[in-house]
Amino acid sequence: MASVPIAHGLLLAGVLFVLGLVGILVRRNIIFILMSIEIMLNAAGLAFVVAGARWGQPDGQVMFLFILTMAAAEVSVGLALVLQLYHRFKTLDADAISTLRG
Amino acid sequence: MFELLWLIPAWPFVGFLVLGLIGPRLSRTKIAAIGVGSVGLSALLAILIGLRFLGSPPLGYAYSQTLWTWMRVGEFAPEMALYLDALSLVMVLVVTFVGFLIHLYSTEFMIDEEGYSRFFAYMNLFVGSMLILVLADNLLFLYLGWEGVGLCSYLLIGFWYKDPANGRAARKAFIVTRVGDTAMAIGLFLLFHTLGTLEIQELMHRASQRWSAGSTLAVAAAALLLGGAVGKSAQLPLQTWLPDAMAGPTPVSALIHAATMVTAGVYLIARTQVLFTLAPVVQSAVAIIGAVTLLLAGFSALTQWDIKRVLAYSTISQIGYMFLALGVGAWSAAIFHFMTHAFFKALLFLGAGVVILGLHHEHNLFQMGGLRKQLPLTFWTFLIASGSLAALPLVTAGFYSKDLILEYAWSSEIGSPWLWAAGVLGALITSVYTFRMVFLTFFGPPKAHVRRAPGGRMQIPLVILAILSLGSGFVELPPTLGPLTLFSDFLHTALPATTARQAPWRTELALQMIAGAVSLGGVYLAYLLFLRNPRYVEDLVRTPWGRALHRFWFVGWGFDGVYDRLIVRPYIQIAQRNQRDFIDLIYEGIARIHKGFHRALSRTQTGQLRWYATGIAAGAAITIALAVFL
Amino acid sequence: MNTVFYISAGVAIVSTFLVITRRNAVHALLYLIVSLLSVALIFFALGAPFIAALEVIIYAGAIMVLFVFVIMMLNLGPQAVEQESRWLSPGIWVGPTILALILIIELLYTLTLEGNQRVGISNIEPKQVGIVLFGPYLLGVELASMVLLAGLVGAYHLGHRDQTKRSRGL
Repeated sequence: MASVPIAHGLLLAGVLFVLGLVGILVRRNIIFILMSIEIMLNAAGLAFVVAGARWGQPDGQVMFLFILTMAAAEVSVGLALVLQLYHRFKTLDADAISTLRG
Repeated sequence: MFELLWLIPAWPFVGFLVLGLIGPRLSRTKIAAIGVGSVGLSALLAILIGLRFLGSPPLGYAYSQTLWTWMRVGEFAPEMALYLDALSLVMVLVVTFVGFLIHLYSTEFMIDEEGYSRFFAYMNLFVGSMLILVLADNLLFLYLGWEGVGLCSYLLIGFWYKDPANGRAARKAFIVTRVGDTAMAIGLFLLFHTLGTLEIQELMHRASQRWSAGSTLAVAAAALLLGGAVGKSAQLPLQTWLPDAMAGPTPVSALIHAATMVTAGVYLIARTQVLFTLAPVVQSAVAIIGAVTLLLAGFSALTQWDIKRVLAYSTISQIGYMFLALGVGAWSAAIFHFMTHAFFKALLFLGAGVVILGLHHEHNLFQMGGLRKQLPLTFWTFLIASGSLAALPLVTAGFYSKDLILEYAWSSEIGSPWLWAAGVLGALITSVYTFRMVFLTFFGPPKAHVRRAPGGRMQIPLVILAILSLGSGFVELPPTLGPLTLFSDFLHTALPATTARQAPWRTELALQMIAGAVSLGGVYLAYLLFLRNPRYVEDLVRTPWGRALHRFWFVGWGFDGVYDRLIVRPYIQIAQRNQRDFIDLIYEGIARIHKGFHRALSRTQTGQLRWYATGIAAGAAITIALAVFL
Repeated sequence: MNTVFYISAGVAIVSTFLVITRRNAVHALLYLIVSLLSVALIFFALGAPFIAALEVIIYAGAIMVLFVFVIMMLNLGPQAVEQESRWLSPGIWVGPTILALILIIELLYTLTLEGNQRVGISNIEPKQVGIVLFGPYLLGVELASMVLLAGLVGAYHLGHRDQTKRSRGL
């Protein structure tokens, strides 16, 4: 198997995470925001697996499994909410849905 | 039997609670039953306990009952405890018995008033607090009763609250006594701080051990307690509130401002007499205050036209006698005079109440006249009480108590002939103004017609008090009449005996004859000036000197004016200048800063999803930076 | 194997960057799928074949497909693309990029503090993962199934469109 320095693996996970973060902050379309969230979750899971591989234990993979499960549930609920949102506001603009202002 | 001691103050408090909570829903009969019954039960129990005390007295002639510990803060653990000895027994008997009679009287006197239950609730609260005051074991518990009676005095003076003048009178009474109360509180702090306890007997013991006579601490403590006593008992310089307190209903004046509350100061000084003996300069001050006040008030009483104000100044004057007695060390004499004064002064007020009510709320002496035919019973009881007040020789109780005071003023080791002279002059004036009042009210041509005669409930207390005004003096006869010292012997189990120079028998007789002659002479003088030839006085008052003197005595020697100019007006001016309270600005400023922050933070809640996400990301960046780089 | 890792890493980064800059939603989704597949390859290279398979099957195979379905249901049309190009002005990239750079720098700094161990030496078989799942992580598995149940019920209820005209959304 490969023997990559752990720093590189974690750096990759960090870069992917940061890209997802930028995606959330920049895009106005809700679908894109959800996609960026998926990118971030994936990157976090990557970090876990890298860590698990460093110790040679399956725990990292187990964590990724849980993250995956959570992402699946979150996506289904999130997309259902997006559908409702589109039905009510007739737009997918995140900036337009700001009725919870203080 | 003594274990039931706590019921004596408890009954009136129960009465107060019941009347306070459900009073307005009860009928007048029930209210009267509860109000009078609670005090009546206390009186009955007091009599039974008194009989037991006399028959088989407890060890050391003192009984102590601890109810519970009030609080425990470090070493300070005052208890709610009652202490019964000869002094407090006398006070309890007088308070409950006279209180019961006055309550009975007021069931008929106040029958037409609204607020009937409120009246009896306050009266019951007052009796309860007064009993706490006299039965208290420690000075803190006494202070509780002290404050309680002050509160009830305020509530009852301002009973007819719809008239703002009554409210003003009530406030004046409260504020002036407050000055005294503050001095007393500081005295209590001083005593606790230096002696470590407030329990009275223990306090006296420690004070006599640790403080030498005339030491600064003793003088300070005694002077502060004297300040409190002076306020509550309406002596110089805090006597201005009592004449205005006559704005309250007449039974209130009878109970609170004649018989009981105003004597609380006398009780306090008698209770803590060790402190006063340890501070001779303060004790002399007590005597001098008493002497000056009795003269001052006497002259003022000569000029009043309101019958209740005459009696108010008379009360101030008589309490001056009690202070005089305390000041020369005649402790039992002061309590003796308190007892007889309670009887005849209450009777005078109740009788005045009959007259006032009968003439439909007429207070002016010069609008009354010739009432002795229309109100015969009232006339005779009023006459008896007036005689007692004027100390008519041999038959009245007042004679014996006043004579005892005058005797000790002359012969006590710390007495002086000047004090005796002041007392005798005061007795002359007392006689004159008392019988001026009698003659103007009951003799002469009738100027008004009695519309309402008193019923049984008002007449029975008059009769009982009249009997007591005559008979209660016979427990203590001076040596010239065959010495009988029942009362002072009883009190000497609680108070020290007066050290007096033994004057020769003839000097004493001479002094007594002078006093007796003075009081009779005063009656005759009053007859001449106010009944036989009133023109003479009227002409005298019309001269410029006469008018000035009359005016001066009428306004109580100008004390009200001085206080008003010196204290009240500057205070009001300062308050008016501070209307936009500068201290309030601090709090307003704090509130405004808060509002500013609130507005600023509100603007961060835009409702925009990406704004929130940016916030989270920026926060994460900063927190990680702090964690990593610091 | 090392080269596989580095090449896949490059592909992942590039395709992720492309995801967040596309104007067409379906294009972005397809690039996302590419990114996920390359991450699966990375997993395989690091000795986690089980997870690599799961990544492809579940993440790329189910979750992304769900995204595609929803986008198709929304039926957006070409004006959505124009809307996106209006929203994506170059100015708005500045702030988030700075934030991202700060985070990357912090990460780099933290990584320099660590030692330089090597990863991916051994292969961790699915059987090992299974034993751990049924052992210490049993409770976690149960909880994960609860989450899925909640997601299922929630998604059904939220996505349900009331056929009558009284529909008030939720």
